[in-house]
Amino acid sequence: MKYWMIVKSGINRKKIRTFMTVFSIATAFLLFSLGRSVAVAFNSEVDFAGKDRLIVVSRLAFTESLPMAHKNRIEAVEGVDTVVWRQWFGGTYKERQNFFPKWPVPDNYFDVYPEWELSEGAQEAFSRNITGMIVGKDLADQFGWKIGDRIPIIADIWPKKGGGVWEFDLVGTYTDSVSEEQGEAFINWKYFDEARQFETGRPGNYIVKIKNPDQAESIAKEIDELFMNSLDETKTSTEEAFSRMFAEQIGNIGLIINSVLAASFFTILLLTGNTMSQAVRERTPELGALKAVGFSDRLIMLFVLAESFFLCVAGALIGVLIAYLLFPLFSGVAIGFSGEIEFSISIVISAILVAFITAVISGVLPAYSAMRLNVVDALRKN
Amino acid sequence: MSFIRQVLSVTNMNLRSILERSGSSLVIIIGIAGSVAVMVSLLAMAEGLSSTISNTGQDDRVIILRDGSSSELSSGVAMTEVDTVSSSSGIKSLDGDPMIAGELFAIIDLTKKGADSTSNLPFRGVEPMSFAIRPELTIVEGRNFTSGTAEIIVGKGANNQYQGLDIGDQIKVRDSFATVVGIFTSNGDVHESEIWSDLSAAQGIFRRGPTVSSVILKLENKESFDEVGLYVESYPNLELKVQREIDFYDDQSSGADLIKIFGQVVGYIMAIGAVFAALNTMYSAVSTRLVEIGTLRALGFKGATVLAALMIEALILAMAGGLLGAAIAYVLFNGYTVSTLAGGSFSQTAFAFAVTGEVVQQGLTLALFVGFIGGVFPAWNAARRDITEALRSI
Repeated sequence: MKYWMIVKSGINRKKIRTFMTVFSIATAFLLFSLGRSVAVAFNSEVDFAGKDRLIVVSRLAFTESLPMAHKNRIEAVEGVDTVVWRQWFGGTYKERQNFFPKWPVPDNYFDVYPEWELSEGAQEAFSRNITGMIVGKDLADQFGWKIGDRIPIIADIWPKKGGGVWEFDLVGTYTDSVSEEQGEAFINWKYFDEARQFETGRPGNYIVKIKNPDQAESIAKEIDELFMNSLDETKTSTEEAFSRMFAEQIGNIGLIINSVLAASFFTILLLTGNTMSQAVRERTPELGALKAVGFSDRLIMLFVLAESFFLCVAGALIGVLIAYLLFPLFSGVAIGFSGEIEFSISIVISAILVAFITAVISGVLPAYSAMRLNVVDALRKN
Repeated sequence: MSFIRQVLSVTNMNLRSILERSGSSLVIIIGIAGSVAVMVSLLAMAEGLSSTISNTGQDDRVIILRDGSSSELSSGVAMTEVDTVSSSSGIKSLDGDPMIAGELFAIIDLTKKGADSTSNLPFRGVEPMSFAIRPELTIVEGRNFTSGTAEIIVGKGANNQYQGLDIGDQIKVRDSFATVVGIFTSNGDVHESEIWSDLSAAQGIFRRGPTVSSVILKLENKESFDEVGLYVESYPNLELKVQREIDFYDDQSSGADLIKIFGQVVGYIMAIGAVFAALNTMYSAVSTRLVEIGTLRALGFKGATVLAALMIEALILAMAGGLLGAAIAYVLFNGYTVSTLAGGSFSQTAFAFAVTGEVVQQGLTLALFVGFIGGVFPAWNAARRDITEALRSI
């Protein structure tokens, strides 16, 4: 700590330059934060989805429905624990921007998601109340819904018999202890199936909880073979693989955006590294003087490295702070439909890690050359 | 006149010495080239996607969806309702028949070239009139499908991006097969990413009753839009939404707007970073040349001359960086075809990056802006320096 004065004088030597260097590092880290959050948005569901759940969709397309008769046959497969189903409801709450997935599901749907915690009495109320609806806690907060509220949904794919708006009663909320995704809504299958105009008795896709995740592949294969060459062939994959399929479909674009951001991040770091080594070069005589009065080579190297650390970490923190302030502007901007640009603590942690690495990379050359300085040569440069 | 001559001669001197200072000049050029390349590539992506989508729409065509639906995928219209709409006035007629067609829009999961998992490809069941309504559609290879058979034709984009969609290939649909008999182009619009078949075949494949997803029709002229709109609106129990095709597709291209905004934001952030780097470099470039500048001033060159010459130097470096960046983006990305999930249709649209003049112009404007800000402060500083003080720094 007693050498802080020397490091500080290095930083204060040219205040304008220090200021500008810190801010150019800050912009690099702002881009870094943006890139991280985009990457997270593109892969959001992939990280969290359960490995002991399979999704069975129509082989023709995931949007096509499957017959209810598939349920018993899937249940009979060795290793299958529970079979539930759902249907994509579509629909709009007030305005198109208020997008969130809505699924008609059977009563026991939530048994398959043990990581979800339902609010008190929600399960019971959902079974009892035919127009019941359970939504993610975040969703309820976002729209200011309270239990007992009546939620109107304008139909698109599934018009109601006799037309008009669907109405559901909020009976509970859920929180998810594993993922941060709590943005879906669930409505009662029985009500939906009786009140819709067509396709009655056909679920969209099945969700199959299996006893042993290691058997996922063989069970998936067995299910698909059951329905091979029938009118309703299936395609079964783990929930994880199913989500990844969507991420891959946006795929290329996510990859391109990310590599472009990475390229820009490194461009700026390259420039910054150049500035730093320039700053050390200019100071050669001073470092020589320090050596002449007895500072060790190692200490000199540490001084230069400390300066580099200071610049990088300060820049990283400012960049992340700006990102933190800026991101709310992007909120609600869904990329595809797999996630949003959101700020998270993992961004801060990875930014600081990267800042340390950057500090070492950009500081090590100047630090090394400072350490190797010959006192006489260094002083002669004056 | 002499002012301009002076500026030119000082600029000339500066530029000749650029090579000697190649290190610091390079920092400016690389910084700016990076920002411009990033911005131009992202904007080219947005431009490619949005022009592909919005090219599809024409203002003398109308698309009708179920009221409340914002995409063809979530819309359903009964065939009887199509008949009802067809008796509206304002629809152009062809040999006595109104130019109106019901179309079924669905998704079919197929595998992209080089991929393991499947992607969602749009599948459109059409009526014979659909081709008359869209004259831009041309079969470039093979032939059109025969009505009433399980034959399909494939858009050029889909053909390029997916496995097993060449002429003669068969794709499995439920318990039977459909055969590819033709490849079509359609002005590079979204239909080129689709598979087309006969409407009744599609209704069979996708288990639809006598319904379609959307209705497309050609207007007598642009102004007859209101006639159709009024007819549908006032007809009892017809819950349909009438839109000009051009408005519908503009609406669908909102994903591209997002990429555009994103590209601009990233470009500006990078530009700010490049400004800092340019400032740093120009400041030290100027401070190492203080003696030169002092000498010029002592010889009688005005401060304004020095300022102007330094600015020109900064702008030339910036322009070089901008052109380099745009060239990098052009070489890497122009014409590069990707396909992605687009808009609310849950299906894939193929498009090519388009590094257009307008996009390049935006990039170069950014470059000059960075050059100006990065140059003006150090140059101003140098021009105002006291001559004796500048000379003393030897």
